[in-house]
Amino acid sequence: MPRWRRARPAEQPPAPLEPTDIALSPDDPLLGYLAGIAGPVPVDRIPIESPGVRALREAGISLVVPLVASGELVGLLNLGPRRSEREYSTDDRRLLQDLATHAAPAVRVAQLVREQESEALARQRIEQELHVARLIQQQFLPKELPDLPGWHVAAHYQPAREVGGDFYDFLELPDGQLGVVIGDVTDKGVPAALVMATTHSILRAEAARLVSPGDVLRRANALLIEEMPPHMFVTCLFAVLDPTSGRLRFANAGQDLPYLRTAEGVVELRATGMPLGLLPDMEYEEKEVFLEPGQEVLLHSDGVVEAHDRNREMFGFPRLKRLVAEPVTGGELIDLVLAELGRFTGPGWEQEDDITLVALARLPVTARSGPAVPDETVSLPGDARVLASFEVASEPGGERLVLPVLATAIEPLGLPKARRDALATAVAEAAMNAIEHGNDRRPELPVRLVVAATDTAVLVTVTDRAVNSVGEQDVEVPDLDAKLAGFQSPRGWGLFLMRELVDEVRTRDSAGGHTVELVLHRNGVPS
Amino acid sequence: MSPRFGIRIPRARVVVLDLSGDLRADAREDLEAAYADAAAREPQAVVLNLTEVEYMDSTGIALLVGLLARARRDGREISAYGLTDHYREIFAITRLSDFIHVYDDEPSALGNVPAGT
Repeated sequence: MPRWRRARPAEQPPAPLEPTDIALSPDDPLLGYLAGIAGPVPVDRIPIESPGVRALREAGISLVVPLVASGELVGLLNLGPRRSEREYSTDDRRLLQDLATHAAPAVRVAQLVREQESEALARQRIEQELHVARLIQQQFLPKELPDLPGWHVAAHYQPAREVGGDFYDFLELPDGQLGVVIGDVTDKGVPAALVMATTHSILRAEAARLVSPGDVLRRANALLIEEMPPHMFVTCLFAVLDPTSGRLRFANAGQDLPYLRTAEGVVELRATGMPLGLLPDMEYEEKEVFLEPGQEVLLHSDGVVEAHDRNREMFGFPRLKRLVAEPVTGGELIDLVLAELGRFTGPGWEQEDDITLVALARLPVTARSGPAVPDETVSLPGDARVLASFEVASEPGGERLVLPVLATAIEPLGLPKARRDALATAVAEAAMNAIEHGNDRRPELPVRLVVAATDTAVLVTVTDRAVNSVGEQDVEVPDLDAKLAGFQSPRGWGLFLMRELVDEVRTRDSAGGHTVELVLHRNGVPS
Repeated sequence: MSPRFGIRIPRARVVVLDLSGDLRADAREDLEAAYADAAAREPQAVVLNLTEVEYMDSTGIALLVGLLARARRDGREISAYGLTDHYREIFAITRLSDFIHVYDDEPSALGNVPAGT
C-alpha cells in the first residue's frame, strides 16, 4: 500500500472531509473542461467559472482528478486539502493520475453493467406486459370458423411482437345469419387489450339484440365513449351475412375498406363512420351488397397495407386489391396475401403491427365439367340474326382489325352515323380489353366476336379466354379532375366509354371465358 | 428520324401541334416529343390540330389527359380543332372539353387565343 497515507505530519492535520454528493449538471462546462485535460487539477486553477466549479469549492474540494475512459469522462476523484496543509506534490499527482488511469475503465465497466441490468429489468417488465396483453387478446379470438354450406370462410391473425390490438369475431345471429367483426384498437399492450375485450363484449351483446350493423356500431360507440381511456379509440367493421341470399349488410367505424371481387373487377365496400370511442352521438352509414356465387369479400386490418419493405415503401392498397382479383378463394386468398407480403417485406422482417385477414367466399353453384366450347359462352336472344361471327388474334392493334368487319356487318341496318361511330368505339374498347387483359396479349388466343341484330337492337359479344381474372383497370370510375391532379392514372377510360356510348353493357363469365355484351338500341336516342 | 407530329408557330407564343393518323398508346413518344418541342418555344397556348387524326381510342384519350395535365402544370392553355362529331362527343363524355376548348377550325381557334404578351 502507498506509504503516503501513513505519513503523519508533525502538526495537527485538518479534519478529513465528510463524503459529500456534488451534483453536476450534464451540461456544466466544467465537465467538458475536465474531459479534455490530462490529469489532476487544483480547483483554484480551473480557468472557468460555473455552478459546478462553485459546488466543488463550496464542498471544500481542492484537487479534482478526472476519470476518463475512451475519451469519455466517467467520474471524478475529488480530494480535500492535503492533511499536511501543503500543496499536493508532483509525486502525489502522478500517483493520483496512475490511480485514475486504472480506475476509469473499471468504473466505466461497472456503469455499463448497471445500465444493462436496469435495461434487462425494463425489458422483462415489458415482455411480461406483452405476454399478459397477448393472453387477453387471444382469449377473445374465435376458436373455430363458422361452417356455412355454400360458403368458404377463412381467417388469419398474426400478432406483432408488441401486440397491436387487432381483433375479429364471428357471431351467430337469428335466422341463420352470421355477424362478422374485424377491428383494431389504437395503442398497444395491456390497455389496448382491455379496450379490445370491452369492445368485443359490447358488440356481442348489441349484435344479438339489434342485428342492424349501423345500429350496432352506433350503440357500441355510445357505450365505449363512457369507458375509453384518453387518446384511444377503436376502428371496427361490422357486417351481417345472410348465407341464403348472399346479402351482406355492413357498417364501418374507420376500418380499412373491405374488397369485393366481382366479375367486373375488385371494388371497395365503402360505408362512412367515425372510429368508436372518439365522439358521442355518432351515426354509422349502413350499406349492403349481394354476393353472387363465385364472389368473395376480404376484410383486412391496416397491418397488411401499412407493412413496409426495406426501402420503407408501403405494401399499399393497390397491391392488396390486385391480389383479391386473383381467382382463389378463402384460405387460398389469405395464403396468397401472406406469401406476397412475405416476398414484399423480405426475410427477417420485424412485423410492425398485427395482421388480420377474414375472407368470405360464396362458392360457385355448380362446377362445370368437360372441355369448354367457346360458342357456348355466347348466348343470343331467340329472335336474333347473326350478322357476323369472327375471331381476331390477341396482337397489339387487333381491335383496329375488328372495325371494318363490324362496319360491313351492320351496314344493312342503316344506323345513323353517330350511332355507328359510338358502337365502333365501344366494340374496339371491348376488343382491346379482351386482347390486352383477358387474353394477356397472347397471340395464339383468339378474341371471338359475334355481331347480331334483333328488330330493336344491335348486339355485339366480345369473348376472351379469361386467362387473367378481370383486373382493376376499369373498375374505378374515371374522373378527369382526379386524373389531372394525379390522383388517378390518366388511363382507365375503356369500360367508361363503353357504358357511355352504348345502351347496355353486360358481362358474363363461364367456363369458356369472359364475355362482354354490348347492346345498342336501334331507335335509341343517341347518348 | 424526323418527328411524326410537326409543330407550327402561327402567332407569337402560340404553337400548333399537327397530329395525324391513329392516336393510341403507341403514339405516346411522338406526342411527348411534339409537346416538348412546342414547350421549348415557351408558348402561352398550345393548339391541337386533330383534322388529320383518323382514329382515337381510350389509350389516346389517356395521352391527351397526360398532355393536358402537363400543360396545366406549365401554365399553358390547350385548345383543339378539327374533331369529328364523334370525337367531339367523346371529348364531352370524358369532360376533356371542360379543359380543352374545342373549335371548328384553325382561324377560330387562333382567334380565341389571348393576345401574346
